[in-house]
Amino acid sequence: MTDSKYFTTNKKGEIFELKAELNNEKKEKRKEAVKKVIAAMTVGKDVSSLFPDVVNCMQTDNLELKKLVYLYLMNYAKSQPDMAIMAVNSFVKDCEDPNPLIRALAVRTMGCIRVDKITEYLCEPLRKCLKDEDPYVRKTAAVCVAKLHDINAQMVEDQGFLDSLRDLIADSNPMVVANAVAALSEISESHPNSNLLDLNPQNINKLLTALNECTEWGQIFILDCLSNYNPKDEREAQSICERVTPRLSHANSAVVLSAVKVLMKFLELLPKDSDYYGTLLKKLSPPLVTLLSGEPEVQYVALRNINLIVQKRPEILKQEIKVFFVKYNDPIYVKLEKLDIMIRLASQANIAQVLAELKEYATEVDVDFVRKAVRAIGRCAIKVEQSAERCVSTLLDLIQTKVNYVVQEAIVVIRDIFRKYPNKYESIIATLCENLDSLDEPDARAAMIWIVGEYAERIDNADELLESFLEGFHDESTQVQLTLLTAIVKLFLKKPSETQELVQQVLSLATQDSDNPDLRDRGYIYWRLLSTDPVTAKEVVLSEKPLISEETDLIEPTLLDELICHIGSLASVYHKPPNAFVEGSHGIHQHSADQFAIMKQYFSVLQVWLPATKAKGLEIAGTFSRRQGHMYMDMTFINKALQHMTDFAIQFNKNSFGVIPTTPLPIHTPLMPNQSIDISLPLSTIGPVMKMDPLNNLQVAVKNIIDVFYFSCLIPLNIFFVEDGKMERQVFLVTWKDIPNENELQYQIKECHLNADTVSGKLQNNNIFTIAKRNVEGQDMLYQSLKLTNGIWILAELRIQPGNPNYTGKKKTNATAFSYKLMVHIF
Amino acid sequence: SVFVLICRNYKGDVDMAEIDHFLPLLLQQEEEGLLSPAITRGNVHFLWIKHSNLYLVATTNKNSNAALVYAFLYKLVEVFTEYFKELEEESIQDNFVVVYELLDELMDFGFPQTTDSKILQEYITQEGNKLEVAKSKVPTTVTNAVSWRSEGIKYKKNEVFIDVIESINVLVNANGSVMSSDIVGSIKLKTMLSGMPELRLGLNDRVLFTLTGRDKGKSVAMEDVKFHQCVRLSRFENDRTISFIPPDGESELMSYRINTHVKPLIWIESVIERFSHSRVEIMVKAKGQFKKQSVANNVEIKVPVPSDADSPKFKTSTGHAKYVPEKNLVVWTIKSFPGGKEFLMRAHFGLPSVENDEKEAKPPITVKFEIPYFTVSGIQVRYMKIIEKSGYQALPWVRYITQSGDYQLRTNS
Repeated sequence: MTDSKYFTTNKKGEIFELKAELNNEKKEKRKEAVKKVIAAMTVGKDVSSLFPDVVNCMQTDNLELKKLVYLYLMNYAKSQPDMAIMAVNSFVKDCEDPNPLIRALAVRTMGCIRVDKITEYLCEPLRKCLKDEDPYVRKTAAVCVAKLHDINAQMVEDQGFLDSLRDLIADSNPMVVANAVAALSEISESHPNSNLLDLNPQNINKLLTALNECTEWGQIFILDCLSNYNPKDEREAQSICERVTPRLSHANSAVVLSAVKVLMKFLELLPKDSDYYGTLLKKLSPPLVTLLSGEPEVQYVALRNINLIVQKRPEILKQEIKVFFVKYNDPIYVKLEKLDIMIRLASQANIAQVLAELKEYATEVDVDFVRKAVRAIGRCAIKVEQSAERCVSTLLDLIQTKVNYVVQEAIVVIRDIFRKYPNKYESIIATLCENLDSLDEPDARAAMIWIVGEYAERIDNADELLESFLEGFHDESTQVQLTLLTAIVKLFLKKPSETQELVQQVLSLATQDSDNPDLRDRGYIYWRLLSTDPVTAKEVVLSEKPLISEETDLIEPTLLDELICHIGSLASVYHKPPNAFVEGSHGIHQHSADQFAIMKQYFSVLQVWLPATKAKGLEIAGTFSRRQGHMYMDMTFINKALQHMTDFAIQFNKNSFGVIPTTPLPIHTPLMPNQSIDISLPLSTIGPVMKMDPLNNLQVAVKNIIDVFYFSCLIPLNIFFVEDGKMERQVFLVTWKDIPNENELQYQIKECHLNADTVSGKLQNNNIFTIAKRNVEGQDMLYQSLKLTNGIWILAELRIQPGNPNYTGKKKTNATAFSYKLMVHIF
Repeated sequence: SVFVLICRNYKGDVDMAEIDHFLPLLLQQEEEGLLSPAITRGNVHFLWIKHSNLYLVATTNKNSNAALVYAFLYKLVEVFTEYFKELEEESIQDNFVVVYELLDELMDFGFPQTTDSKILQEYITQEGNKLEVAKSKVPTTVTNAVSWRSEGIKYKKNEVFIDVIESINVLVNANGSVMSSDIVGSIKLKTMLSGMPELRLGLNDRVLFTLTGRDKGKSVAMEDVKFHQCVRLSRFENDRTISFIPPDGESELMSYRINTHVKPLIWIESVIERFSHSRVEIMVKAKGQFKKQSVANNVEIKVPVPSDADSPKFKTSTGHAKYVPEKNLVVWTIKSFPGGKEFLMRAHFGLPSVENDEKEAKPPITVKFEIPYFTVSGIQVRYMKIIEKSGYQALPWVRYITQSGDYQLRTNS
């Protein structure tokens, strides 16, 4: 007999009948009734009114019935919080049941009852279960801590459950360890920078040991956790990599991807010239390729991630282009991703094969795919110069097919090829012009118009061609209108005698008959230029175009690095920053980059703040630093006197940023003569504020048994830059415009021999985040934001231009000069 | 009609009503030709797979591990299939109590837990548990380091059956050049061994032979290897030893990929001539490019024909050809195809005088076959050592098969 019969009852008075059955004397009847209730719940009927009757069935020795009752509880407790209390007793009792299955079932269900009121009753049972003798109960209790934390974080912390979880990392059972890691990782998402997991070399070692023994899922939790660790040096990084590498041979594709994540991240730390670095790179390629024999959805995740990996380290897969060739029966989402990667991997060595493939794809029937294939041919031409000619002839072949969307797409990419290789392929213009009539898409029309305007002097009937577009001027899209306006102005500048009337016509259409401000503006500019200064007009309109870049659709380097640290996650699938997934999206999030920041943080040399001569033998040298979101004053105390020193204390004067120590000086034993002690004093910015001059001046008083001494020091501003100082792109744009000019500051940084990406990376280590990068006329522009501890945002535009050798020209010709535009805005 | 068969909310952070938006979004994507396995609406993400007529959908509003989600969804299919034989609407409804129990055991708060169906079957049974019965105790296996094999297994006769199956993937261009080819091998076990046996599998692995200084000539270079959870991966990484305690019954122990250029075992030459408004003439020549002693069984050569073709006529030198109009295919079947032989098939179709002008897809010719007692790569099981503390003798049996994988030849028409 099957359960499906429970779905068939659909009479009136059903609830009433169920109520009676739930209170039946016979156990079997009651069980049947609960099943019917669950069936009703499954198909979406509201059976919440049966709550007390179902809870009454909870006291049973039948495990199946108990499970059903618990299932019911999880579903309806939230809507019946007062009645949920009725179940508490039963949970408490079940948590002490001799059968571990029951204890685990109770602790598992408890956490799923998301009713704040009853959580406090669950603490004692949970505490016991965390120490249960049976690992099945302990592993379930570990997860329960995360559940409870989600409902009442404060209570979980107050009750010391986080410590209990941390203890479980050392549990003898690998599944308990894995669940404890998973729970702690989950909890730490809402506590950025808290180092909840306490990742230190000892704990890392425990995790690596558990990695060999736990289930495939546990391995994923541990690997994901390891990817948040920052090894102290390259040796540690290498030894972790060595122990993670075997996971690349696991049958579970998610284990493989999580291992790839750890390795890709730690690769950064290994010296590029070491043998191990090369070996590791070689090991990464085969497993990535194998992922493409998996299920289509797994292939999709793999391809999206390979797309990132290829951008970050193209050398890993450069030999593997063939595996990205598209198969007829691949799902469309796999086809499109493969195509994208093919172009990224295209090089002179494989271009012939790639082109042959692309040509094949361009004759398929799926319109989106075909378009992308045609576009890909254009991208190949731009990327691999030696292939440009072959690409152009392939595109001409495709134009001959007269398939409408193929022709249009081809014209668009040919325009780009013309821009990249000016004056090289004009011989094909005649062929292109033959297809003028069939172009009905704005992109294609604009491309064709651009070509005609650009090469007007070589096209005999350029004026006729452009005139034909003028007829329906107001029905065209803005893009076509703007291009047409410019093209006719170009034509006029090249052949002024025959085209005066045409240019008049377009200028009047743009300025008088249009209500599009962009079009009007451009029209007026041309009009004024042409009427006042035709020479300048020529210079402006017919100027050399900036070359188009080889690679398109590249992900910003900072985002790319962040996504590499999140390989396998949804962020890596969507190529969106991980913080876009945080609820409400503006919440605090742990910027993965600060993990790098710690590793690469340089410690400035200690400065002597208080010389021994001025402090009766006590010398203090120190510096400030920011680690994992916290500020520290790192100091060395040296006793140069002849007597020992005790009773140390420290105090700060009021200062600009409200900096105060959060703990007393951690010197607990007497400092003997000639002895020194290194201490790290944690700081916070919740103290009283007073403006100092200079702004970052800090006055300090240190006391010991001998006397009180005073000194002052300068706090480097970068320790006030907080980790969540990355402004949303949109917010940035708006804010930038709003900041008044008087808050603007400009200065130059000289003798800096770094490129934009390196600069961006280095700044990010100091919590200065790149929001956007663009290339304007050969200069890289970085737009950046940072936030101070007191909530002040600072926005910056960093312009990096190819240097003038005569300017800095001492050693290198590739020297670059920066101009830094700082804008300060207080919210 | 579409409705939710069963659902389980593990974290309470996504509203259960969100699922109502899933199918409309999916259909919309499908219509726009932009289908994707991950769909987003607001801050909710739907990650889905399809199994026959069922959608298995995971919802999340966090930056979840997508690779894990898909792996888990496929694991669900595997577990349900082993429990209910077929995973379909009826089997879910017929067993909804067990399904709930399984969902509870497979995942907790979004973390996958025990997903080995053999072990699950020890404590989640379809008859419904009675508490007094001993089996409703947690099997220690669940939390053991050896989480895939129970203790106390007994067989009268101890045996292991090893199947080495190689699939050939080939993509051939219309001009006859091989664009890409590889071999995906799989070693499957059927283990019927008592107790907790320790097994060691020896292959003619090139890396191992190099390590031990043996003759490399007869060895095979595996580009990539993937192992079942039971294999000690660090051991393999260290000295290429494949050592493990096997799961009971059937399992896939390992799979491997070999990148060498393989000669397509069945070579196809085709001429498809289309005479507009009148007819299509197809000539297909198939050649067995493998040893004369071997025989390919159940060979199926599928040749695409235009969708408006009619009145088929065939002529074959062996086997028989059949027109499958709903798939626009001619299927030429050859039961037994000896190595070195060459066969021919001719087909003739009529075309209507009024043709449809819609552009037609150009599907490739695909080939299916199976060649027993042979692996293309030359991989061999050199030994299987079985050690159990009771000291019984056990026999390993090895079988080799080569078959077609993704075997596609593009055509000119």
